[in-house]
Amino acid sequence: MVKKEILTAAQAVELISEGSTVMVGGFMGCGSPPALLKALRESGKKELTLVCNDCGWYNPDQGKETGVAGNVLDKQFSRVITSHIGLNSEMQRQMVAGETEVELVPQGTLAERIRTAGCGLGGFLTPTGVGTEVEEGKQVIELDGVKYLLERPLGGAVALIHAHRADTAGNLWYARSERNFGALMAMACDMVIAEVDEIVEIGELEPEAVVTPSIFVKKLVYTAA
Amino acid sequence: MEYTPNKEIIAKRIAGFFKTGDVVNLGIGLPTLVGNYIPDGVDVTLQSENGFLGLGPAPKSGEEDPFLINAGGVPVTMRAGGCYFDSATSFGIIRGGHLDYTVLGVLQVDQEGNLANYKIPGKMIPGMGGAMDLTVGAKTVICAGLHFDKKGNSKLFRRCTLPLTAMKQVNYVVTDVGLFHIKDGHFVMREVFEPYTAEYVMERTQADIVQADDFKVVKV
Repeated sequence: MVKKEILTAAQAVELISEGSTVMVGGFMGCGSPPALLKALRESGKKELTLVCNDCGWYNPDQGKETGVAGNVLDKQFSRVITSHIGLNSEMQRQMVAGETEVELVPQGTLAERIRTAGCGLGGFLTPTGVGTEVEEGKQVIELDGVKYLLERPLGGAVALIHAHRADTAGNLWYARSERNFGALMAMACDMVIAEVDEIVEIGELEPEAVVTPSIFVKKLVYTAA
Repeated sequence: MEYTPNKEIIAKRIAGFFKTGDVVNLGIGLPTLVGNYIPDGVDVTLQSENGFLGLGPAPKSGEEDPFLINAGGVPVTMRAGGCYFDSATSFGIIRGGHLDYTVLGVLQVDQEGNLANYKIPGKMIPGMGGAMDLTVGAKTVICAGLHFDKKGNSKLFRRCTLPLTAMKQVNYVVTDVGLFHIKDGHFVMREVFEPYTAEYVMERTQADIVQADDFKVVKV
Protein backbone atom coordinates (compact mmCIF):
# COMPACT_ATOMS: atom_id res chain seq x y z
CA MET A 1 0.00 0.00 0.00
CA VAL A 2 1.25 3.47 -0.91
CA LYS A 3 1.85 5.69 2.09
CA LYS A 4 0.36 9.18 1.93
CA GLU A 5 2.40 12.31 2.44
CA ILE A 6 1.98 13.89 5.87
CA LEU A 7 1.91 17.68 5.70
CA THR A 8 1.62 20.51 8.17
CA ALA A 9 -1.67 22.38 8.02
CA ALA A 10 0.12 25.40 6.51
CA GLN A 11 1.65 23.26 3.75
CA ALA A 12 -1.70 21.60 3.07
CA VAL A 13 -3.66 24.81 2.52
CA GLU A 14 -1.10 25.87 -0.12
CA LEU A 15 -2.82 23.22 -2.28
CA ILE A 16 -5.93 25.42 -2.38
CA SER A 17 -6.15 27.85 -5.31
CA GLU A 18 -7.95 31.15 -4.89
CA GLY A 19 -11.29 31.02 -6.70
CA SER A 20 -11.70 27.27 -6.29
CA THR A 21 -14.43 25.23 -4.58
CA VAL A 22 -13.52 23.95 -1.13
CA MET A 23 -15.65 21.42 0.72
CA VAL A 24 -15.38 21.39 4.50
CA GLY A 25 -16.66 18.45 6.51
CA GLY A 26 -18.51 18.78 9.79
CA PHE A 27 -21.83 19.60 11.39
CA MET A 28 -21.76 22.62 13.69
CA GLY A 29 -17.98 22.13 13.78
CA CYS A 30 -18.09 18.45 14.78
CA GLY A 31 -16.06 16.81 12.00
CA SER A 32 -14.53 20.06 10.76
CA PRO A 33 -10.69 20.13 10.71
CA PRO A 34 -9.67 22.87 13.17
CA ALA A 35 -5.95 23.13 12.26
CA LEU A 36 -6.66 23.25 8.52
CA LEU A 37 -9.32 25.94 8.94
CA LYS A 38 -6.95 27.99 11.12
CA ALA A 39 -4.18 27.65 8.53
CA LEU A 40 -6.60 28.59 5.75
CA ARG A 41 -7.52 31.69 7.71
CA GLU A 42 -3.84 32.59 8.19
CA SER A 43 -3.20 32.07 4.46
CA GLY A 44 -5.60 34.94 3.73
CA LYS A 45 -6.87 33.22 0.57
CA LYS A 46 -10.02 34.79 -0.90
CA GLU A 47 -12.72 34.29 -3.51
CA LEU A 48 -13.29 30.68 -2.50
CA THR A 49 -16.58 28.83 -2.91
CA LEU A 50 -17.44 26.99 0.29
CA VAL A 51 -19.52 23.83 0.47
CA CYS A 52 -20.32 22.96 4.08
CA ASN A 53 -23.42 21.74 5.90
CA ASP A 54 -23.56 24.89 8.03
CA CYS A 55 -21.43 27.90 8.91
CA GLY A 56 -20.76 26.85 12.49
CA TRP A 57 -21.46 28.83 15.60
CA TYR A 58 -20.55 32.47 15.61
CA ASN A 59 -21.64 34.30 18.71
CA PRO A 60 -19.12 36.97 19.77
CA ASP A 61 -21.10 37.73 22.95
CA GLN A 62 -20.57 34.16 24.17
CA GLY A 63 -17.07 33.92 22.62
CA LYS A 64 -18.35 31.03 20.53
CA GLU A 65 -16.72 30.27 17.18
CA THR A 66 -16.73 26.79 15.63
CA GLY A 67 -16.30 25.21 12.19
CA VAL A 68 -15.82 27.72 9.37
CA ALA A 69 -17.01 30.72 11.44
CA GLY A 70 -13.54 32.35 11.55
CA ASN A 71 -13.11 31.99 7.78
CA VAL A 72 -16.56 33.51 7.23
CA LEU A 73 -15.61 36.39 9.50
CA ASP A 74 -12.52 37.05 7.33
CA LYS A 75 -14.70 36.92 4.19
CA GLN A 76 -12.64 34.20 2.53
CA PHE A 77 -15.71 32.91 0.71
CA SER A 78 -17.40 34.81 -2.11
CA ARG A 79 -19.99 32.04 -2.48
CA VAL A 80 -21.37 29.61 0.10
CA ILE A 81 -23.46 26.49 -0.56
CA THR A 82 -24.93 25.30 2.74
CA SER A 83 -28.09 24.08 4.47
CA HIS A 84 -28.09 26.20 7.63
CA ILE A 85 -26.63 29.53 8.76
CA GLY A 86 -28.95 30.12 11.69
CA LEU A 87 -26.23 30.04 14.34
CA ASN A 88 -23.81 32.32 12.50
CA SER A 89 -25.03 35.91 12.74
CA GLU A 90 -22.13 37.18 10.60
CA MET A 91 -22.98 34.81 7.72
CA GLN A 92 -26.60 36.00 7.85
CA ARG A 93 -25.42 39.62 7.87
CA GLN A 94 -23.17 39.07 4.82
CA MET A 95 -26.00 37.30 2.98
CA VAL A 96 -28.60 40.01 3.68
CA ALA A 97 -26.10 42.79 2.83
CA GLY A 98 -25.30 41.07 -0.48
CA GLU A 99 -21.61 40.78 0.43
CA THR A 100 -21.55 37.01 0.03
CA GLU A 101 -23.67 34.89 -2.29
CA VAL A 102 -25.38 32.16 -0.25
CA GLU A 103 -27.23 29.22 -1.77
CA LEU A 104 -29.38 27.43 0.81
CA VAL A 105 -29.86 23.75 0.00
CA PRO A 106 -31.95 21.21 1.96
CA GLN A 107 -29.53 19.12 3.99
CA GLY A 108 -30.48 15.79 2.48
CA THR A 109 -30.22 17.24 -1.01
CA LEU A 110 -26.80 18.71 -0.20
CA ALA A 111 -25.54 15.35 1.09
CA GLU A 112 -26.91 13.46 -1.90
CA ARG A 113 -25.57 16.00 -4.44
CA ILE A 114 -22.09 15.47 -2.98
CA ARG A 115 -22.53 11.69 -2.88
CA THR A 116 -23.77 11.72 -6.47
CA ALA A 117 -20.70 13.67 -7.65
CA GLY A 118 -18.43 11.15 -5.96
CA CYS A 119 -20.29 8.21 -7.44
CA GLY A 120 -20.22 9.28 -11.08
CA LEU A 121 -23.94 9.88 -11.44
CA GLY A 122 -25.62 12.65 -13.42
CA GLY A 123 -28.08 13.65 -10.72
CA PHE A 124 -31.05 12.29 -8.80
CA LEU A 125 -34.76 12.84 -8.27
CA THR A 126 -35.97 13.95 -4.86
CA PRO A 127 -39.41 14.90 -3.54
CA THR A 128 -37.73 17.35 -1.14
CA GLY A 129 -38.43 20.99 -2.03
CA VAL A 130 -41.38 20.40 -4.39
CA GLY A 131 -43.75 23.37 -4.10
CA THR A 132 -41.16 25.53 -2.29
CA GLU A 133 -38.60 28.15 -3.33
CA VAL A 134 -36.10 25.32 -3.76
CA GLU A 135 -38.05 24.25 -6.86
CA GLU A 136 -37.29 27.53 -8.69
CA GLY A 137 -35.22 27.03 -11.84
CA LYS A 138 -35.23 23.24 -11.55
CA GLN A 139 -36.72 20.59 -13.75
CA VAL A 140 -39.78 18.91 -12.17
CA ILE A 141 -40.24 15.30 -13.25
CA GLU A 142 -43.43 13.38 -12.45
CA LEU A 143 -43.17 9.61 -12.15
CA ASP A 144 -46.05 7.35 -11.11
CA GLY A 145 -47.99 10.40 -9.94
CA VAL A 146 -45.24 11.76 -7.69
CA LYS A 147 -43.42 15.01 -8.40
CA TYR A 148 -39.64 15.12 -7.99
CA LEU A 149 -36.96 17.77 -8.49
CA LEU A 150 -33.98 16.91 -10.64
CA GLU A 151 -30.94 17.75 -8.52
CA ARG A 152 -27.45 17.82 -10.01
CA PRO A 153 -24.14 16.56 -8.60
CA LEU A 154 -21.89 18.86 -6.57
CA GLY A 155 -18.14 18.22 -6.58
CA GLY A 156 -15.18 20.33 -5.54
CA ALA A 157 -11.46 20.91 -6.00
CA VAL A 158 -10.39 20.37 -2.41
CA ALA A 159 -11.98 18.64 0.60
CA LEU A 160 -10.85 19.54 4.10
CA ILE A 161 -12.10 16.87 6.49
CA HIS A 162 -11.39 15.53 9.96
CA ALA A 163 -11.13 11.94 11.10
CA HIS A 164 -9.97 10.82 14.51
CA ARG A 165 -7.64 8.10 13.23
CA ALA A 166 -5.90 7.21 9.97
CA ASP A 167 -3.37 4.63 8.92
CA THR A 168 -0.42 5.83 6.86
CA ALA A 169 -2.17 4.65 3.67
CA GLY A 170 -4.96 7.13 4.38
CA ASN A 171 -7.73 4.79 5.49
CA LEU A 172 -9.97 6.77 7.85
CA TRP A 173 -11.79 5.90 11.06
CA TYR A 174 -14.18 8.51 12.41
CA ALA A 175 -15.02 9.19 16.05
CA ARG A 176 -18.71 9.05 16.88
CA SER A 177 -20.84 11.67 15.09
CA GLU A 178 -17.99 13.43 13.23
CA ARG A 179 -18.22 11.53 9.95
CA ASN A 180 -21.39 13.29 8.70
CA PHE A 181 -20.33 15.07 5.46
CA GLY A 182 -16.59 14.29 5.50
CA ALA A 183 -17.07 10.72 4.35
CA LEU A 184 -19.08 11.97 1.33
CA MET A 185 -16.79 14.88 0.44
CA ALA A 186 -13.82 12.50 0.39
CA MET A 187 -15.33 10.93 -2.73
CA ALA A 188 -16.37 14.19 -4.41
CA CYS A 189 -13.15 16.24 -4.55
CA ASP A 190 -9.90 15.99 -6.51
CA MET A 191 -7.63 16.81 -3.56
CA VAL A 192 -8.73 15.33 -0.25
CA ILE A 193 -6.83 16.45 2.84
CA ALA A 194 -7.67 14.67 6.08
CA GLU A 195 -6.67 16.16 9.41
CA VAL A 196 -6.33 13.39 11.97
CA ASP A 197 -5.60 13.10 15.71
CA GLU A 198 -3.82 9.74 15.44
CA ILE A 199 -1.85 7.94 12.74
CA VAL A 200 -1.23 4.21 12.95
CA GLU A 201 0.80 1.92 10.68
CA ILE A 202 -0.71 0.13 7.71
CA GLY A 203 -2.41 -3.01 9.00
CA GLU A 204 -3.28 -1.58 12.39
CA LEU A 205 -6.78 -0.40 11.42
CA GLU A 206 -9.28 -3.21 11.20
CA PRO A 207 -10.34 -3.32 7.53
CA GLU A 208 -13.97 -3.70 8.64
CA ALA A 209 -13.73 -0.49 10.68
CA VAL A 210 -12.51 1.68 7.79
CA VAL A 211 -15.22 4.14 6.69
CA THR A 212 -13.32 6.12 4.06
CA PRO A 213 -11.10 3.94 1.85
CA SER A 214 -7.49 5.13 1.48
CA ILE A 215 -7.73 5.70 -2.28
CA PHE A 216 -9.81 8.84 -1.75
CA VAL A 217 -7.37 10.50 0.66
CA LYS A 218 -4.42 12.31 -0.95
CA LYS A 219 -2.72 14.04 2.01
CA LEU A 220 -2.75 13.68 5.78
CA VAL A 221 -2.30 16.42 8.35
CA TYR A 222 -1.44 15.13 11.77
CA THR A 223 -2.31 17.04 14.91
CA ALA A 224 -1.63 15.44 18.28
CA ALA A 225 -4.97 14.80 19.98
CA MET B 1 -59.72 33.41 30.20
CA GLU B 2 -56.06 34.37 30.02
CA TYR B 3 -53.72 32.66 27.60
CA THR B 4 -50.48 31.46 29.23
CA PRO B 5 -47.83 30.06 26.85
CA ASN B 6 -46.92 26.52 27.91
CA LYS B 7 -44.28 24.55 25.98
CA GLU B 8 -44.24 21.63 28.41
CA ILE B 9 -47.86 20.68 27.71
CA ILE B 10 -47.04 20.46 23.97
CA ALA B 11 -44.00 18.24 24.55
CA LYS B 12 -45.91 16.02 26.95
CA ARG B 13 -48.89 15.51 24.62
CA ILE B 14 -46.68 14.72 21.62
CA ALA B 15 -44.70 12.16 23.63
CA GLY B 16 -48.05 10.36 24.09
CA PHE B 17 -48.17 9.55 20.35
CA PHE B 18 -45.26 7.12 20.49
CA LYS B 19 -45.21 3.39 21.07
CA THR B 20 -42.34 0.97 21.62
CA GLY B 21 -40.33 0.40 18.45
CA ASP B 22 -41.07 3.74 16.84
CA VAL B 23 -38.20 5.59 15.14
CA VAL B 24 -38.50 9.32 15.76
CA ASN B 25 -36.64 12.50 14.80
CA LEU B 26 -37.09 15.51 17.07
CA GLY B 27 -36.27 18.93 15.60
CA ILE B 28 -34.25 21.53 17.46
CA GLY B 29 -35.89 23.89 19.95
CA LEU B 30 -39.30 23.00 21.38
CA PRO B 31 -39.45 19.54 19.68
CA THR B 32 -36.29 18.49 21.54
CA LEU B 33 -38.24 18.83 24.81
CA VAL B 34 -40.51 15.94 23.70
CA GLY B 35 -37.68 13.53 24.54
CA ASN B 36 -38.04 14.43 28.24
CA TYR B 37 -41.66 13.21 28.36
CA ILE B 38 -41.53 9.79 26.68
CA PRO B 39 -43.29 7.55 29.22
CA ASP B 40 -41.36 4.87 31.09
CA GLY B 41 -41.85 1.54 29.37
CA VAL B 42 -42.12 3.08 25.89
CA ASP B 43 -38.87 2.30 24.06
CA VAL B 44 -38.47 4.76 21.19
CA THR B 45 -35.34 5.00 19.00
CA LEU B 46 -34.40 8.62 18.39
CA GLN B 47 -32.60 9.53 15.16
CA SER B 48 -30.22 12.48 15.02
CA GLU B 49 -29.97 13.99 11.52
CA ASN B 50 -26.23 14.59 11.87
CA GLY B 51 -25.69 10.86 11.70
CA PHE B 52 -26.78 8.43 14.39
CA LEU B 53 -29.55 6.35 15.91
CA GLY B 54 -29.95 5.90 19.65
CA LEU B 55 -29.82 9.53 20.80
CA GLY B 56 -29.74 9.60 24.59
CA PRO B 57 -30.16 12.29 27.25
CA ALA B 58 -27.81 15.20 27.92
CA PRO B 59 -24.48 14.22 29.47
CA LYS B 60 -23.60 15.06 33.07
CA SER B 61 -21.74 18.31 33.50
CA GLY B 62 -18.05 17.71 32.76
CA GLU B 63 -18.76 14.59 30.68
CA GLU B 64 -19.55 16.37 27.39
CA ASP B 65 -17.96 14.76 24.33
CA PRO B 66 -17.21 17.20 21.47
CA PHE B 67 -17.51 14.33 18.97
CA LEU B 68 -21.08 13.50 20.05
CA ILE B 69 -23.56 16.31 19.40
CA ASN B 70 -27.19 16.58 18.32
CA ALA B 71 -28.60 18.53 15.36
CA GLY B 72 -28.57 21.67 17.48
CA GLY B 73 -24.82 21.34 18.01
CA VAL B 74 -25.31 20.49 21.70
CA PRO B 75 -23.44 17.58 23.40
CA VAL B 76 -25.62 14.53 23.93
CA THR B 77 -25.14 10.83 24.74
CA MET B 78 -25.79 7.64 22.82
CA ARG B 79 -27.75 4.70 24.17
CA ALA B 80 -26.32 1.17 24.02
CA GLY B 81 -27.26 -0.35 20.66
CA GLY B 82 -27.00 2.94 18.78
CA CYS B 83 -24.89 3.42 15.67
CA TYR B 84 -23.31 6.13 13.53
CA PHE B 85 -23.54 6.80 9.78
CA ASP B 86 -22.79 9.51 7.24
CA SER B 87 -25.20 12.26 6.20
CA ALA B 88 -26.29 10.51 2.98
CA THR B 89 -27.40 7.46 4.98
CA SER B 90 -28.98 9.72 7.60
CA PHE B 91 -31.11 11.41 4.95
CA GLY B 92 -31.78 8.06 3.31
CA ILE B 93 -33.40 7.12 6.61
CA ILE B 94 -35.29 10.43 6.66
CA ARG B 95 -36.40 10.59 3.02
CA GLY B 96 -36.81 6.86 2.58
CA GLY B 97 -39.83 6.55 4.86
CA HIS B 98 -37.95 4.90 7.73
CA LEU B 99 -39.03 7.42 10.36
CA ASP B 100 -42.38 6.83 12.06
CA TYR B 101 -42.57 10.42 13.30
CA THR B 102 -40.85 13.73 12.89
CA VAL B 103 -41.60 16.63 15.21
CA LEU B 104 -40.87 20.12 13.88
CA GLY B 105 -41.31 23.69 15.03
CA VAL B 106 -43.74 26.13 13.41
CA LEU B 107 -43.85 29.69 12.17
CA GLN B 108 -47.07 29.06 10.21
CA VAL B 109 -49.06 25.92 9.45
CA ASP B 110 -52.20 25.81 7.35
CA GLN B 111 -55.28 23.64 6.93
CA GLU B 112 -53.92 22.14 3.68
CA GLY B 113 -50.97 20.72 5.63
CA ASN B 114 -48.48 23.27 4.36
CA LEU B 115 -45.69 24.25 6.76
CA ALA B 116 -43.56 27.41 6.90
CA ASN B 117 -40.80 27.29 9.47
CA TYR B 118 -37.45 28.24 7.93
CA LYS B 119 -37.52 31.81 6.71
CA ILE B 120 -39.02 35.26 7.24
CA PRO B 121 -37.92 37.20 4.16
CA GLY B 122 -35.82 40.22 5.04
CA LYS B 123 -35.79 39.36 8.74
CA MET B 124 -34.64 35.87 9.55
CA ILE B 125 -32.95 33.51 7.12
CA PRO B 126 -31.50 30.60 9.09
CA GLY B 127 -31.88 28.09 6.25
CA MET B 128 -33.92 24.91 6.12
CA GLY B 129 -31.29 22.50 7.44
CA GLY B 130 -32.97 19.08 7.41
CA ALA B 131 -36.55 20.33 7.77
CA MET B 132 -37.58 20.02 4.11
CA ASP B 133 -36.40 16.40 3.94
CA LEU B 134 -37.96 15.51 7.30
CA THR B 135 -41.41 16.83 6.36
CA VAL B 136 -41.38 15.05 3.01
CA GLY B 137 -39.96 11.78 4.30
CA ALA B 138 -41.42 10.89 7.70
CA LYS B 139 -44.54 8.71 7.82
CA THR B 140 -46.23 11.10 10.26
CA VAL B 141 -45.35 14.79 10.55
CA ILE B 142 -46.24 16.52 13.81
CA CYS B 143 -45.86 20.27 14.16
CA ALA B 144 -45.19 21.58 17.64
CA GLY B 145 -45.66 25.20 18.57
CA LEU B 146 -47.32 27.70 20.85
CA HIS B 147 -50.82 28.40 19.53
CA PHE B 148 -50.36 32.18 19.49
CA ASP B 149 -47.45 34.43 18.58
CA LYS B 150 -46.37 37.34 20.78
CA LYS B 151 -49.05 39.59 19.27
CA GLY B 152 -51.77 37.07 20.04
CA ASN B 153 -52.22 35.87 16.45
CA SER B 154 -52.78 32.17 15.88
CA LYS B 155 -50.03 30.24 14.04
CA LEU B 156 -52.75 28.11 12.39
CA PHE B 157 -53.81 29.61 9.06
CA ARG B 158 -56.11 28.99 6.13
CA ARG B 159 -53.08 29.50 3.90
CA CYS B 160 -49.45 30.11 4.86
CA THR B 161 -48.03 33.45 3.70
CA LEU B 162 -44.35 32.75 4.46
CA PRO B 163 -42.14 30.66 2.13
CA LEU B 164 -43.03 26.99 2.53
CA THR B 165 -40.83 24.31 4.04
CA ALA B 166 -43.05 21.65 2.52
CA MET B 167 -46.35 21.38 0.67
CA LYS B 168 -49.24 19.29 2.08
CA GLN B 169 -47.10 17.13 4.36
CA VAL B 170 -48.24 17.97 7.90
CA ASN B 171 -50.48 15.42 9.63
CA TYR B 172 -50.89 16.80 13.17
CA VAL B 173 -50.45 20.10 14.92
CA VAL B 174 -50.08 20.13 18.68
CA THR B 175 -50.19 23.51 20.37
CA ASP B 176 -50.59 24.52 23.99
CA VAL B 177 -54.37 24.74 23.56
CA GLY B 178 -55.14 21.57 21.64
CA LEU B 179 -54.45 18.77 19.18
CA PHE B 180 -55.45 19.12 15.53
CA HIS B 181 -55.50 16.55 12.75
CA ILE B 182 -55.19 17.95 9.23
CA LYS B 183 -57.68 16.24 6.97
CA ASP B 184 -59.57 17.15 3.81
CA GLY B 185 -58.49 20.79 3.93
CA HIS B 186 -59.53 21.37 7.55
CA PHE B 187 -58.06 21.36 11.01
CA VAL B 188 -59.98 18.59 12.74
CA MET B 189 -59.91 19.50 16.44
CA ARG B 190 -59.49 16.24 18.36
CA GLU B 191 -58.62 17.62 21.77
CA VAL B 192 -58.63 20.89 23.65
CA PHE B 193 -56.42 21.15 26.70
CA GLU B 194 -57.82 22.37 30.02
CA PRO B 195 -58.54 25.14 30.94
CA TYR B 196 -59.39 26.17 27.34
CA THR B 197 -62.66 25.42 25.58
CA ALA B 198 -63.53 24.61 21.98
CA GLU B 199 -65.22 28.03 21.63
CA TYR B 200 -62.14 29.83 22.95
CA VAL B 201 -59.90 28.14 20.38
CA MET B 202 -62.25 28.51 17.41
CA GLU B 203 -62.92 32.19 18.07
CA ARG B 204 -59.22 33.02 18.14
CA THR B 205 -57.94 30.90 15.24
CA GLN B 206 -58.00 32.25 11.68
CA ALA B 207 -58.60 28.89 10.02
CA ASP B 208 -61.40 26.43 9.30
CA ILE B 209 -61.72 24.12 12.28
CA VAL B 210 -64.18 21.26 12.66
CA GLN B 211 -64.67 19.26 15.84
CA ALA B 212 -63.87 15.58 15.64
CA ASP B 213 -66.67 13.08 16.33
CA ASP B 214 -64.71 11.92 19.37
CA PHE B 215 -63.66 15.44 20.40
CA LYS B 216 -62.82 15.85 24.07
CA VAL B 217 -61.43 18.33 26.54
CA VAL B 218 -58.47 16.75 28.27
CA LYS B 219 -56.03 17.48 31.06
CA VAL B 220 -52.49 16.84 29.83
